[in-house]
Amino acid sequence: MFRFVLRRLGAGVVLVAVLSTLTFLLLYLSGGNIARRILGQQATEDTVLQKKHELGLDRPLLTRFGDWVSHAAHGNLGDSWFTGQPVSDAISSRLAVTLSLVIGATVVSAVVAVVLGVVAATRRGWADRLVQFLSVLGFAIPGFLVAIGLVTLFAIKIHLFKPTGYVQFGESPTQWLSSIALPVIALSVGGIAGVAAQIRGSLLDALRQDYVRTLRSRGLSERRVVYKHALRNAAGPALSVLAIQFVGLLGGAVIVEQIFAIPGLGQVAVGATGQGDIPLVMGLVLAIAVIVVVVNLAVDLLQGWLNPKVRVS
Amino acid sequence: MTGRLLEVDKLIVEYPAGGFGRKQPFRALNGVSLDIRPGETVGLVGESGSGKTTLGRAVLGLAPVTGGAIRYNGRDISQLSRSKRRELSSEIQVVFQDPYTSLNPALTIEQILTEPLTIRKVAKAEATSRVRELLDQVRLPADAGSRLPREFSGGQRQRIAIARALALDPRLIVCDEPVSALDLSTQARVLALFKEIQERTGVAYLFVSHDLAVVRLLSHRVAVMHRGEIVEWGDGDQVTARPQHPYTRTLFLAAPVPDPVAQAERRAERQRLKAALTTN
Amino acid sequence: MTAVPLPPEAVPGVSAVEHAGVFRRLLKDPTGVVSLAFLVLTVLAGVFAPVLAPHDPDKASAADILAKPGGRYLLGADGSGHDILSRLLYAIRPTLEGAVLAVLVAAAIGVTAGLISGYYGRWFAGAASWVASLLMALPGIVVLLAARAVIGPSLFGAMTIFGILIAPAFYRVVHAAVSGVRQELYVDAARVSGLSDARIISRHILTVVRAPAIILAANLAGIAIAIEAGLDFLGLGDLSRPTWGGMLNDAFTNIYSAPLQLLWPSLAIGLTCMALALLGNALRDELERSGTPKRRRRAKRAPATVSVQREPVITHDEIAGSAGEELLLVRELAVGYDQPNGSVQTVVEDVSLTVRRGEVHGLIGESGSGKTQTAFAIMRLLPPGGRIVAGDINFAGVDLARGSEKEMTRLRGARIAYVPQEPMSNLDPSFTIGHQLTEPIRVSLGVGRAEARARALQLLERVGIPDPPRTFAAYPHQISGGMAQRVLIAGAVSCNPDLLIADEPTTALDVTVQAEVLDLLRDLQAEFQMGVLLVTHNFGVVADLCDRVSVMRAGRIVETGPVRSVFADPRHPYTKSLFDAIPEDSQPRGPLLTKETP
Repeated sequence: MFRFVLRRLGAGVVLVAVLSTLTFLLLYLSGGNIARRILGQQATEDTVLQKKHELGLDRPLLTRFGDWVSHAAHGNLGDSWFTGQPVSDAISSRLAVTLSLVIGATVVSAVVAVVLGVVAATRRGWADRLVQFLSVLGFAIPGFLVAIGLVTLFAIKIHLFKPTGYVQFGESPTQWLSSIALPVIALSVGGIAGVAAQIRGSLLDALRQDYVRTLRSRGLSERRVVYKHALRNAAGPALSVLAIQFVGLLGGAVIVEQIFAIPGLGQVAVGATGQGDIPLVMGLVLAIAVIVVVVNLAVDLLQGWLNPKVRVS
Repeated sequence: MTGRLLEVDKLIVEYPAGGFGRKQPFRALNGVSLDIRPGETVGLVGESGSGKTTLGRAVLGLAPVTGGAIRYNGRDISQLSRSKRRELSSEIQVVFQDPYTSLNPALTIEQILTEPLTIRKVAKAEATSRVRELLDQVRLPADAGSRLPREFSGGQRQRIAIARALALDPRLIVCDEPVSALDLSTQARVLALFKEIQERTGVAYLFVSHDLAVVRLLSHRVAVMHRGEIVEWGDGDQVTARPQHPYTRTLFLAAPVPDPVAQAERRAERQRLKAALTTN
Repeated sequence: MTAVPLPPEAVPGVSAVEHAGVFRRLLKDPTGVVSLAFLVLTVLAGVFAPVLAPHDPDKASAADILAKPGGRYLLGADGSGHDILSRLLYAIRPTLEGAVLAVLVAAAIGVTAGLISGYYGRWFAGAASWVASLLMALPGIVVLLAARAVIGPSLFGAMTIFGILIAPAFYRVVHAAVSGVRQELYVDAARVSGLSDARIISRHILTVVRAPAIILAANLAGIAIAIEAGLDFLGLGDLSRPTWGGMLNDAFTNIYSAPLQLLWPSLAIGLTCMALALLGNALRDELERSGTPKRRRRAKRAPATVSVQREPVITHDEIAGSAGEELLLVRELAVGYDQPNGSVQTVVEDVSLTVRRGEVHGLIGESGSGKTQTAFAIMRLLPPGGRIVAGDINFAGVDLARGSEKEMTRLRGARIAYVPQEPMSNLDPSFTIGHQLTEPIRVSLGVGRAEARARALQLLERVGIPDPPRTFAAYPHQISGGMAQRVLIAGAVSCNPDLLIADEPTTALDVTVQAEVLDLLRDLQAEFQMGVLLVTHNFGVVADLCDRVSVMRAGRIVETGPVRSVFADPRHPYTKSLFDAIPEDSQPRGPLLTKETP
């Protein structure tokens, strides 16, 4: 088991390394006149050259990358070229916000999807067909459309609470909850659809297996057979789908944050990439890569717990 | 030299390490030797893991040979390149065990039977008549050509598989448990078909099975395999009815016979044999 | 029946003949027709946009900012005074072109890689898999944002990169399909027939890949459109021409002044994505349905009613002194399956048999004889769609045919036990052997964990497992088939049942293991004084273990009686033909006669 975790961690580290390298390379290739963009069109050639030197843009690629890596290893991700703010500050202040959205959406997706999937697989009939249909729709409709729809609904028609904006948890837990409720719902729709369809399929599959009949023949109640045995076997593939959805959620969060005016990483990402603020973009990529690796590791561990064959291989 | 169609000489087959947790290379065949004469049926009997299927696959070029030789008409075919191996397809053919997965469910019978012929660049008209001829040889109706495998029973599908094997007029057919998946009555009919075809065309069989009784019906000589080695090899009648090697005798006694009185005696004898072997 | 599993439910490939049929059938499926029609119309609207659009999409009229729908502007005008309808129409082509580009790039990379790694495997598969995981770990939007910083607002570039990012989806699907088919025997047969790799791939492998790839393409096109719209919404797309996402952004900034404008681009994006997803779904449904053999099999003559016809059964006389307590009394049992056209297809008709305590009753027949269905019916564990349509099953005073599910659950395990045919597939792969043994013991006997464990270990030893604690802690995939069958037998007798129903318990085992398992069954039966109903197709097994035998054919019993009597003197022609077909004691071939034989 230990070796399993170690191997997964190693793979994660490699992933982060490859991602950082590729991103750095891409940004380096983008060339462009960053110094000029920072200083504006009016700046003189000299000031631009000076700025370039200041930012270290005239040094060779490998040196720049090496510097970034060694600094990053110590937690120093440099300063934003446009705002001057330390990158690590810019990211950490917003990381929790984005994470609360994404993790919240994942949890909601998982719970609702399991309920829907189990109902569809065990009841069959109209409930099954309804869940299937909703799954297709939920999966197809982009999350940001749902988000826009929700904002419109709550901003124009129903005045239950303020649809946009964000309240810190520390300030007021209830208001925090209401401020992330809509974004989380918008993000969850796609996840629910995908995972529910997978659970339904895997559960139906599991219930068709021989061992289900043997378990029934041993006098186990239907409840036990479905919830303890069949569901356990069906969970593995569903977990894989959930992991893939999570990656998509990180992307979806970017747009949803814009729509709901949530001060998360998404806003920073849009600004930084638009302007070509390399330290900030690198910091973001690193942060996201680490999040993905951690989540994948957690999912792998969970899969190992669920499926003994995975543990051994 | 003459009289030996196929010769297996101290054959070693090893599957490489890695891949699904195999740390060491796995030796499926450990120096196996036998031979087949033209027109002969050699039965190959063993349980799972004995290597009998591996030996059949090695003869077909589907297993990694790491030592020894397989000689067909004197020529070593164990290390042939893929393209040279393809030329052998008109000499050595196969009938597999599973009638449900040995025929592509998406192709018609005609398409399946003409597949081997397309390599030889046979003209369409000739191919069609050959298909009819083959269907006739295996006692299937001529209109079977336009139908799909799933419209046929297990026994009928095996006949189609046999017809496919016969398409190129081979001299040797490797039969890998061809009747194990069939009902009792169907099994008898298909075995009779095998015998009839051999008598008519003079083709040789390497007949792999786990059932001593089935092998007895068809084989001139029989080899018994256990854990990658041949433990007994000789005349069919003797090996299947009066085996010498303790393993073969265990195998022989383990198969129950359809006679309650005789079976009770066999059971007693088997338990005596087991007791004798464990005390040694 | 035998060790070979039943024919697979879903056919892996669809022939060319059937493919054309699928398309025609798709047109009969309502969701398929509607979504296809919608997409075709959309494509046409995009192609003919210059003709259909009432206004120049780039013509902004300051006076008409946020004009209401109607009048000059059918759907209204946006925040800069453009005609919304015209912009919607002109946006179709680049949107669809972008989606098609992304899907083509993804397919080109993914399908090719999947084919190679699925067919040839080894190092390529490992490397490709690693790259695929890497790509899948990248959040699409983030990468596209970073790419945009580099290459600027190019739809072509963005969709190409997106195509690379989603290529793993094609890779996974194609790899799974190809490596699945690669193992099939008909591919081996093709190799032996002398086909080259290229021929094998094109003839046998591609057909399996076609369907899942097309379905995936439809779904991915929808996702590509969504991503495009998302980027445009963020203002990161090409601002020089109309896009749905851009229009959505414009409407969103004016949400309080003209909320209705959100509707049009939302509908455009939403409906297109839905149409693609529904089309993909409909395609999958049609291809799966065309694959199931049940639909295609020529309709058997379904009996109009379910009245059971009696036919004479040849019954041999009882041997004196063999009568014991009657445990199971089955009378005129009929089992049927409901057909889609409303009729019932019977698989068991007019079956009557008795199992006494301490007696082994063999139920022998070939495939399709109904012997397994009879066994399932007695336990009321028939597959979905099956039910008892006539007769009664008397067990210890309860009519099993009419008992409630609660009653049945109480009886199963505790009084009636079952040993299945295939050892490995009948153990839950996610739980240890020990857990699977102790759980029913605790449920049925109500004992605590420690005692259940002690009992289980005792049972494992009793059935001949060499190292009980080790097997107790092991998972099913870690033990052999023979051991698994012993475990299943241990589980069956764990609660001292009265009746044991064994469904071909040794068919999937090697012959030497079979003999030992039969010995075990005999010992256990004697020890627990159980009545045993043994389903088999092997006369040797019947001779070895059974006291009485019933021969089944086409759902009926044709001959029944004590084993010694039936074997010595089979009277029914079918029974006789079966005995004739047994290869045992047959004439040997004799040595090959050639010129060289001495």
